[in-house]
Amino acid sequence: MNVLSVNNIRKSFFDPVEFEVLKGISFDVKKGEFLSMVGKSGSGKSTLLYILSTMDTDYKGELKIDGEVLTGKSLDELARIRNEKIGFIFQFHYLLAEFTCLKNVMIPALRLGKYSEEEIEFKAMEKLTALGLADQAMKPASKLSGGQQQRVAIARALINDPLIIMGDEPTGNLDTKNTDIVFNILKDLAHNSGQTIIAVTHDMDFARASDRIIEMVDGRISD
Amino acid sequence: MNINSDIAKTYTLSGRKQTMVAILGVLLGMAVYMFMNSMNEGFNRTSNESFFKSTPHLRIYSDDKISAPLQKLSDAEMIIINPKIVPNTAKINDPQAIATVLAKQGEVKVVVPQVAMNVFYNNGKSQINGKTVGFDPAKGNEMFNIKSFMVQGDFDNLSSVSNGIVIGSGIAAKMNLETGDNLSITSSRGVNRVLKIVGIFQTNNSNEDKTKSYVSLTTAQQLMMESNAYVSDINVNFYEFERAKDFAAKYSDMFGYKAEDWQTANEAYMAASRMRTIVITFVSLTLLLVSGFGIYNILNMTVSQKINDIAILKAMGFRGNDVIRIFVTQAMTVGVIGVALGITFAIILINIMKHVYVGGDIGYFPIRFEPIVFLRGTIIGLFITFMAGYIPARKAARVDPVSIFRK
Repeated sequence: MNVLSVNNIRKSFFDPVEFEVLKGISFDVKKGEFLSMVGKSGSGKSTLLYILSTMDTDYKGELKIDGEVLTGKSLDELARIRNEKIGFIFQFHYLLAEFTCLKNVMIPALRLGKYSEEEIEFKAMEKLTALGLADQAMKPASKLSGGQQQRVAIARALINDPLIIMGDEPTGNLDTKNTDIVFNILKDLAHNSGQTIIAVTHDMDFARASDRIIEMVDGRISD
Repeated sequence: MNINSDIAKTYTLSGRKQTMVAILGVLLGMAVYMFMNSMNEGFNRTSNESFFKSTPHLRIYSDDKISAPLQKLSDAEMIIINPKIVPNTAKINDPQAIATVLAKQGEVKVVVPQVAMNVFYNNGKSQINGKTVGFDPAKGNEMFNIKSFMVQGDFDNLSSVSNGIVIGSGIAAKMNLETGDNLSITSSRGVNRVLKIVGIFQTNNSNEDKTKSYVSLTTAQQLMMESNAYVSDINVNFYEFERAKDFAAKYSDMFGYKAEDWQTANEAYMAASRMRTIVITFVSLTLLLVSGFGIYNILNMTVSQKINDIAILKAMGFRGNDVIRIFVTQAMTVGVIGVALGITFAIILINIMKHVYVGGDIGYFPIRFEPIVFLRGTIIGLFITFMAGYIPARKAARVDPVSIFRK
């Protein structure tokens, strides 16, 4: 079953000169797949990820997530879909510095509003415990080490049980030990929880260990 | 608590110092706005009150008529080439009928037909110029509330003592008179009468106190050598003095005499009062606006500082409206606290100023709690804080998360 499929995605930048960064990308991603996107700087892999994430709406072609065509939907609808179906992990963790780790994890679920605050808090605590952060839950996010912050970010990405977890260099800022920890968590999510992972990475070891590699070269998928 | 308000609360509390400064700005703006406008209301009320001690809301009188030139024929010259005032026109025909009709109008509170004239108060060989007014004492009191500023004697005696007179304190001081003394008076028609002083009033308007006196209508008619049907003006007070101008034209048409409202009769005073209102409104609104800029500045800074947070919130599925709500909530928190403290501060300030004695015919500083001013200030204050929050919030809502993540 395809969780995500893109059909002939094209995108151009116009500043400073017109430049086609994506030249007709098409592929499908199955449920429970751990996909790595690799490629040199400027190959368009990050641009593609932001289109897949629904945050970038300025492209040609068609994007489908969970069988639903998302191309052309309003920003508010896309925000709701992101909230419900997509989790994000960024290179620089991007936690909200003024909130506790627990609150950071809870925020997407509070936005979704599907469960009561107590249930959300319980669930968030569960996720943090699973990632070995139970004792850090009440600390402000800014007080944690880089590896811990990235694990909090993963817990936050998982809180709404999203279909797809997208990572932009999820291990880019971590040492080998923490990279291994994060990688194993992601792999476990894909294989045991059936969640789909799409990660942009520079790290070839990370890519090789995943289920499938898409290599981007000059705005195209290389064979 | 809603997650948007929760985030707003955290931002507000984490920038505690900034928030306090913004609140202080709104507090001062609000307090000064309310204080200055209450003061203006107080000034207007006091001057109106002292005004209506001697001026009716509307005066109906027969204006001097200029003899009209005879109808000009097609090419003939005018026959009267040097027109003059027609003598003996300062008289209202059948004043009782007019007074009866006026009293039946719904908007009219009290009607006082009066005889006003210029007189001399004789003190041996020297004479004091003055003005005396004759009317029905009970009605006159109802209109001008004369009893409230009597300092000696009893105003009611004017109706029981047939040759009674009530004089201003200035006249009494100059002529060394007291209640019970006699006063010789000469009217503009040359009639001499000796009247008995039944009371002395003091308005604190020295011009009034030095010249004005009140007599009964009959005494006044006798001083003018006129019949008991003679009346020089008909004074009218309304329930709402602000609307006197609207009624003036109506009564002019109805009776054929000139009906002059107090505002038209005192144009210079009204212009000064309007100017004061404009200046005070302008200055106080500017202050409120400046406090709005304080909020705007602080939120603008918060939005710039939190641009990563905004991007991440949008990535996690917060809509533009959620972002607007977060920052507008922050602004409104400052606004509501600032307005509430501003009201408190203004009330304290008003209570202090109320007890400051300034003297003259004003007495204590003419200020009091004005609910309308406070209501207006609150609405304007909250509107300004809302806009001061909304403008940066809209900017925040438009943040494109991709452009932030790409940096």
